[in-house]
Amino acid sequence: MTTLSPIETKIHPALGEWELPTFLPEDQLPSREGDRVIQFREALREAMSEEMRRDKRVMLMGEEVAQYNGAYKISQGMLDEFGPKRVIDTPISENGFAGMAIGAAMYGLRPIVEFMSWSFSLVAADPILNNAPKMLYMSGGQWGCPIVFRGNDGAGGQLGSTHSWCVEGLFANVPGMKMVIPSNPYDAKGLLKTAITDPDPVFFLESERMLGDKAHVPDEEYYIPFGRARLARAGDACTLLSWGRPVHFCMEAAEALAADGIEVDVLDMRTIRPLDIDSVIESVKKTSRVVVVDQSWPFASIASEVITQIVERAFDFLDHQPKRVNTVDVPTPYNKHLEHAYLPNADRIAEAVRSVVNA
Amino acid sequence: MPVTTAYEAKIEHISILDEHGKFDKALGAPGGKPILSDEEVIHLYEQMSICRKLDETAYKLQRSGRMGTYPQNKGQEANAVGSALAMKKGNDWVVPCYRENAAMFMHGLPYHMILLHWMGDERGNQIPEGVNVTPLSVPIGTHMMHATGIAWAFKLRGEKDRAAITYFGDGATSEGDFHGAMNFASTLKVPVVFYCQNNQWAISVPRSQQMASKTVAQKALAYEMPTVRVDGNDIFATYLATKQARERAVAGEGPSFIEGVTYRLADHTTADDAKRYRDPAEVEAWLGRDPLIRTRMYLEMRKVWDDKTQAKLDERAATITSEIVAAADGIDAPTTDQFFDHMFAEIPGDLRRQRDTMRTSSIGQNPEQAGLRAQAERV
Repeated sequence: MTTLSPIETKIHPALGEWELPTFLPEDQLPSREGDRVIQFREALREAMSEEMRRDKRVMLMGEEVAQYNGAYKISQGMLDEFGPKRVIDTPISENGFAGMAIGAAMYGLRPIVEFMSWSFSLVAADPILNNAPKMLYMSGGQWGCPIVFRGNDGAGGQLGSTHSWCVEGLFANVPGMKMVIPSNPYDAKGLLKTAITDPDPVFFLESERMLGDKAHVPDEEYYIPFGRARLARAGDACTLLSWGRPVHFCMEAAEALAADGIEVDVLDMRTIRPLDIDSVIESVKKTSRVVVVDQSWPFASIASEVITQIVERAFDFLDHQPKRVNTVDVPTPYNKHLEHAYLPNADRIAEAVRSVVNA
Repeated sequence: MPVTTAYEAKIEHISILDEHGKFDKALGAPGGKPILSDEEVIHLYEQMSICRKLDETAYKLQRSGRMGTYPQNKGQEANAVGSALAMKKGNDWVVPCYRENAAMFMHGLPYHMILLHWMGDERGNQIPEGVNVTPLSVPIGTHMMHATGIAWAFKLRGEKDRAAITYFGDGATSEGDFHGAMNFASTLKVPVVFYCQNNQWAISVPRSQQMASKTVAQKALAYEMPTVRVDGNDIFATYLATKQARERAVAGEGPSFIEGVTYRLADHTTADDAKRYRDPAEVEAWLGRDPLIRTRMYLEMRKVWDDKTQAKLDERAATITSEIVAAADGIDAPTTDQFFDHMFAEIPGDLRRQRDTMRTSSIGQNPEQAGLRAQAERV
C-alpha cells in the first residue's frame, strides 16, 4: 500500500495547485466509433480506476463498494487493485459517509462517494447540500470540497416511489455544485474522469436502467469538458433536448418522426450545472420550436429552467410556445404499466413534437 | 445456559480542582509536581479572562446593533482552554462548533476573526495559513463528521503524530450526525477526540428532556470508545482527559469521548432570553462554580497571583478587546462583486455574467443587459 505524502501547503481548491491531466477540446477527443464495446458500468469503473492510478488522493467509498464489488458491480475488482484503504465499505449511513468525505476532502483527499441510489442521498441532505457546495464560499475561499457524489438516479424499474427519486430538479437548485447526467458509456467515462479531477463538488447521476448498455468506449484516457452539449441528431423542424436516460427516448421519437418527414435536432445536455444554454439557443434560432424532456417532476424542474432561459434569450425566434415532457406530477408508481406511462417515453415525446411542429 | 452478563461498564468522573479551590493532589500532582505548571495555569487563566471580556464586548456590540447574533461562551471557558492546551498547536486540527472561542484562539485564530464572523462577514472564516482550525459550524452536528473525515485522512496519509478534536453540545448528541460520526470513527479507528460541552441546555430544552441517559459519556460505550466525564469547569480535569485521549489517538488506538460537565451561564444566543425558562436559583448555583473563580483561587493559593496581577490582566484584556473590535470594525464591507468570489475554484460563465451585469444593475440575471437576448431580424 502506498502511503500518501504529507501535504506541504494548506489545502486550497484553486486550479493550478492540482496536477491536472491534459484536457483536449471536444473536437480532438477520441472517436465515438469503434469496436471496443463495453458496458456503461465498465466505463464508470474504467474512469475511476484510471483516475485512482493517476492520483493517489482519489478513493472510493460507499455501501458494498469493496468486498461485494458494488451493489451494481460498478466497482468490480477495484478492492483487489487498490486495497481496503482506498476502496472502502462503509456502515449504512449516507449522512455519515457523505459528511466524512467532506472532512477528508478538506484535508486533501479526493473521495468518490457512491450512493447505492440517489434516493438514499436524501438522508445526507445536510452534508451534500448544506456543507459541500458551500464550504468554499463560507470559508472565504479556504476549503473546497473536491468530491464526486455518484449513484443511480431515476426510476429503476418497479422500485416503488421511495426508491425511484429523480433528484436533479431538487438538487440543481443549490448553487456551488456541478451536476452531470450522462446518457451513454462513452460520455460516462469522459465525464466521470473530468468530475474526479474537478476542484468543486460534483453530483454525478447514473441510471440503473442504463448500466448494462453497451457501446464503443476508447481505452485511451479522455476528459469531456463540462458545459458542452452534444448534438445527437440534426434536423430543423424542432429542437428536442434532454439529458441522461430520456435522451434515448428522444432518439426513438426522432426516428419515428423522421418517418413522417419531421427532422429534429436532438441535444444531449450532458451537464446540468453548468448548462450549455448557448447551444440550445443556437439550435432554437434555427428551428424556432422546442420541446424539453425531463424525467423529474414538472413543477420547478430543470425543464422549467431551460424554457425560462430560452424565453429570456430567444423569445423573438419562437414560432410556438415551448413545451416540456416531464414525469406525471405524482410519486413514482409501483405498477409496471403506470410507471411506463408516468415516465417520459417515445410516444409522449413524439406527440409533443408533433403538437408544436404541426401548429 | 443461565443468564450471564453480556456487557458491563462504568463511567468515571474526574474532578481535580473543585469549586472551593480544593485541589486533588493524587490526580493533579502525581509525584508532587502539578500536571500544569504555574505558568501554564496563568496562561490558561489569561486566555479565559480575555475570552470572557471579549464575550461581554460582543454582547454589547450586538445590543447596540453592530452584530447580528452572538452565542456567549460565558462559563464554559475551562472546557475550551484545558482541552486546547492538550492538543498540539499547528499540528493537530480543531474542528469547532461555536462555543469554544478560547480553543480557536489558543490554536492561532486571530481574535478579530471571530467578531468579524458574527458581524456577518464570511471573511471571518478565512482561516490563515498554518492555523489548523476549521470554520465555526452552526448547523448542529455536521462538523463532527468532518472531524472524523479529517482524522481518517491523517490515517490514510500516514501522518501518525496527528489528531483532531471536535467540540459539540449535549443537544448535538441527539442528532444522527453524532452517531454517524461516532460509528465511523470507531469502526475506522481514527485519531479523533469527541469533546462534548455538556452545558445542560439545548436552547430551552434541558438535558433531562434531551436524553434519558444519565450521562452523555455513556453514549460512547455503544461505540466501544474510551469515555470519561469530567468537571468541565476544572482546567486540570479537562486538560488531563484530553491529554490522555490524544495519547491514545496518536498511538493508533482510535477515538475517545469526553463529557465536560459545565453550564451555559448566558443565554443561548443574543436572540434568546433564558430567564423565561430557567430557574434563577439554578443559574445562581452555577455562578459559584465559574471556572475563572476557582482558577484564580488556585493561583492565589500557589502565591503567584494577587490583586495587582489581576488588575494588570483586567487592563490588558480591556486593551486587547478594544483592539479586536477596532480590527474587526476596520475591515471594509464587501462589495456585490465579491458575491461570486468563492463559489467555485474558477468562476463559470453564467456567474461571471451575473457579476458583470450587477455592476450596473441590481437585477443581475437579465440576459438583455448582458447583451444575450437574440433579436430576430425577420418580421
